[in-house]
Amino acid sequence: MRMPAAFRRRGVANHAALIAASAIVVVPVVWVVAAGFRTQISLLMGAFWFTPILANFNEVLFSKTSDFLVNYRNSLVVGLTSTALCLVTATLAAWSLHRMRWPGWVVHVFLGWALVFHMIPPIALAGAWFTMARAVGLDSTLLSLVLAHTVLNLPMALWLMGVYVRDVPVELEEAARLDGASTPTLLWRIVVPIIAPGLAAAAVLSFVFSWNEFAVALNLTIKATATVPVAIAKFAQDYEIRYTQMAASAALSILPALVLLLIAQRYIVKGLTQGAVK
Amino acid sequence: MAAVPRRSGDDRMWRWAIFSPALLLMLALSVLPLANLLLTSFYDVTWAHGQAVWTPLGLANYAALSDDALFRAGLVNTVIFAVCAVGGQMMLGFLLALLCCRVTRGQVLYRTVFILPILIPGIVVGAIWKLMLNYDFGLVNQAIGLLGFAAQDWLGTPQTALASVILVDIWHWTPFCFLLFLAGLESLPQDVYEAARIDGASIWQELRYVTLPLMLPTIMVTFVFRLMVAFKVFDEVYLLTGGGPGTATEVLSFTIYQRFFTENRVGYGAAMSVVVIFLVSVLLVIGLSARKRAAVAA
Repeated sequence: MRMPAAFRRRGVANHAALIAASAIVVVPVVWVVAAGFRTQISLLMGAFWFTPILANFNEVLFSKTSDFLVNYRNSLVVGLTSTALCLVTATLAAWSLHRMRWPGWVVHVFLGWALVFHMIPPIALAGAWFTMARAVGLDSTLLSLVLAHTVLNLPMALWLMGVYVRDVPVELEEAARLDGASTPTLLWRIVVPIIAPGLAAAAVLSFVFSWNEFAVALNLTIKATATVPVAIAKFAQDYEIRYTQMAASAALSILPALVLLLIAQRYIVKGLTQGAVK
Repeated sequence: MAAVPRRSGDDRMWRWAIFSPALLLMLALSVLPLANLLLTSFYDVTWAHGQAVWTPLGLANYAALSDDALFRAGLVNTVIFAVCAVGGQMMLGFLLALLCCRVTRGQVLYRTVFILPILIPGIVVGAIWKLMLNYDFGLVNQAIGLLGFAAQDWLGTPQTALASVILVDIWHWTPFCFLLFLAGLESLPQDVYEAARIDGASIWQELRYVTLPLMLPTIMVTFVFRLMVAFKVFDEVYLLTGGGPGTATEVLSFTIYQRFFTENRVGYGAAMSVVVIFLVSVLLVIGLSARKRAAVAA
């Protein structure tokens, strides 16, 4: 089928605009990742061509003065643990609220509160969390950050899992009940398999948000428990900024995001758009 | 009671058992700290010999807020930031989504590229643009140098600092708006468009009278969602400017951080947090009622 010329021209213009926008998105990232492979002098001179070196990555990862590997491990531990906790509590609560017989006000108050809580700047709560953690002897532990990230991601997970839980056919749950399934069996055998795509979406988002979170991590951690964003922020505060090392650690910090972008893009898109379009 | 259809699993014990973890988490980590914050806001807390000394102040902390130039600057800048950044993101995002849903090939590739900034940590976005906007070697100054313009100290000049932070935020979050709008556009019914085309509607008429009204719910949701996050902005400002130069990029979250953590004025910082939370709640109520009105209109 031949398209009319005007149609084809518009197609070309569309692509041109989209490619320009893609360049604006990609060029800064590529340029900074490339800066991680440069010497400080080459970066300062602004030379276009350079011979890539690995010294910055070496320094960031393996030097005695750098804690980056510890930061990376902390971020992974906090991200994975808080995601698991968040997913379990949110899914159970979403199913309970939407599928069991609660008075209407309980559902509304709880979900409404979650929405208000989601709007509050986390920094406003960090101080209170810090005081509470110290009161129970959890200050500057990874556990305090895990709990903080769990509750920060809870509204998002509740909302997302609510959308999926409501899609599970009631008839299916009733049929399982008639067959004598207990609540745990019903959840594990019937509900979880059906909402698995929702769980994946919520898991990816929850992990990414935890990995990226800075304001709370800055105030709840010390040197030994600092996460990746906290470590990167330190670079910018040094009297003499080590730009190329900052670039190298920035490049390392977006690795998990890149991996997820490649293997779990479907779920990222689902998770981000589900609430808005439904 | 008997008329209510039996829904699965309405036995009391399980209902509570599976709801309680989330409930406890919320009570312990959101209700309790807020109560703590509210209480603290009426006190002056100082430390002497490793002990917290609480001096009741009544409403003095709140009264002091109105004279706090930093707080006022934070409030004004946050509003400017939120309005400009979210407005820019939504318009650009909508335009790109319109373009992208019309192309037949490469859509997945464009979408992959546009998701990238959403996944990058805010602090790393800050680091990227601190390098990009660097006076001596930043790519931005190099690029405008090639075009014959003089290098600018984007983040160090009061006139350009806030605009730069806004542009960085637009870079960071336009893709998010794009993604939501693209999903919205793709879920629109096609028959309406065919009808419009048969009636001879121009591209602009189609946009004005078909696409925009149908997209209104998605647009409102995106707007409310983005505004909520824009109001909390902290990471980028922390890394790019630290609120400076002067108070040019001072935003609310950063003011709270400075008063609470840097200056250790716990009571005063708490009062400031309470006021910000109150403002945010008002914003939420306005946003929700606007959404309801939009839903009724659509």
